[in-house]
Amino acid sequence: MSEAILNALTALGAGARYFISPAGLPNLVMIGISLVMFWLAIRKDVEPLLLLPIGFGCLLANLPLSDVMDQEGFLRVMYDMGIENELFPLLIFVGIGSMTDFTPLLARPKMILFGAAGQLGIFLTLMVALALGFPKELAVSVASIGACDGPTVIYVSNLFAGLGKIDSSMVGALAVAAYSYMALVPIIQPPIMRLMTTEKERATKIPPMSNKVPKSALVFFPIVVVVLTGIIAPKGLPLMGAIMLGNFLKMSGVVTRLTKASENEIANVSTLFLGLAIGGTMDGHEFLRSQTLQVFALGLMAIIVDTVGGLLLGKIWYRLSGGKMNPLVGAAGISAYPMAARIVQVEGLKTNHQNHLLMHAMGANTGGQIGSVMAASIMLAILKGMGLI
Amino acid sequence: MDNTTFGLTMLLVGMGGTLLTLWILAILIGWLTRVCQPKSEGGSRE
Repeated sequence: MSEAILNALTALGAGARYFISPAGLPNLVMIGISLVMFWLAIRKDVEPLLLLPIGFGCLLANLPLSDVMDQEGFLRVMYDMGIENELFPLLIFVGIGSMTDFTPLLARPKMILFGAAGQLGIFLTLMVALALGFPKELAVSVASIGACDGPTVIYVSNLFAGLGKIDSSMVGALAVAAYSYMALVPIIQPPIMRLMTTEKERATKIPPMSNKVPKSALVFFPIVVVVLTGIIAPKGLPLMGAIMLGNFLKMSGVVTRLTKASENEIANVSTLFLGLAIGGTMDGHEFLRSQTLQVFALGLMAIIVDTVGGLLLGKIWYRLSGGKMNPLVGAAGISAYPMAARIVQVEGLKTNHQNHLLMHAMGANTGGQIGSVMAASIMLAILKGMGLI
Repeated sequence: MDNTTFGLTMLLVGMGGTLLTLWILAILIGWLTRVCQPKSEGGSRE
């Protein structure tokens, strides 16, 4: 009897013994990291929709002797259900598409070029990652953080994880880096904007433009984009197709229920499951390595270079147009929507209280959304051409 | 393929391809908004 009680107590204490053993240290550190994610989400409002589920998944996966990511574990089931096959990022994209209004872009089509310049960080970061000795597939995954677009990063990196070309624990690191930096865009961008532009440039007023776009153009726009993507970069069609499907539902104006479901239920459930499953991959033994720190550093670099790329095009445009373009608008050519556009508006108003750049910046910002997905699609098409996927 | 060739190919074709595709898209958007203009506005423009 006493032996049975002793055995039972020993079993109950197995978790505590594991924690105080050297093997438990990485898991303890990860639990600390999950607490930091909770703090950032709750106290600092840093991407709470993602960081709370990711943090909780991370907590569950790192508790002693946890089996949530074992073959039948519930996080593993979620992972297999929607991460392994890239379904959840795509469903989130349907939601993003249904929440996005492309009117400012259609009223100012040239603003989409800022969406191209704002992807410079992806390609320069790729070069740096390769120079640091990253394998090609991991370098592409890290560079995709420059898309400023969480689902794109998860989609691209998981594609490689599914092929066994990168470790699945890196998907978690990449996702956390992407979402963290997206949330930090209001801190990262303004100093670069002020550093790269003169006060005169920042004070530039852009001639006002009508924001009126024919309704039928807004309906046909998603179709044009997917056909173009399908022709040029078919490997990225799931990404672009999902975002444009959501937008098509919204703009058609005849499926309000589906639009609302995409914006709310589908996006919310997918976000929760995606976050938990990604958090579940963050096992301390695989997550804590120098490469993870390098991923975070390169991710930051990608977003900084994106901003620089957009501002550079803005400055060139300013010169070529004889001072009719405010270079700040270029900083909105990233996918962080509508955050980047709001930052441009705020920075413009700081220099000139009469300077309202919001609608122009919204055009560049929605261009950035398309640009980031297009850049990822083109990268995937090139990789397919090289036989790497 | 060595890393330098791979990186440069991605930079040139990737960034160039993104710019070119979005430029084409800008042209298509301009064309789309013109085609979709209501006829009365199209008449006054001409």
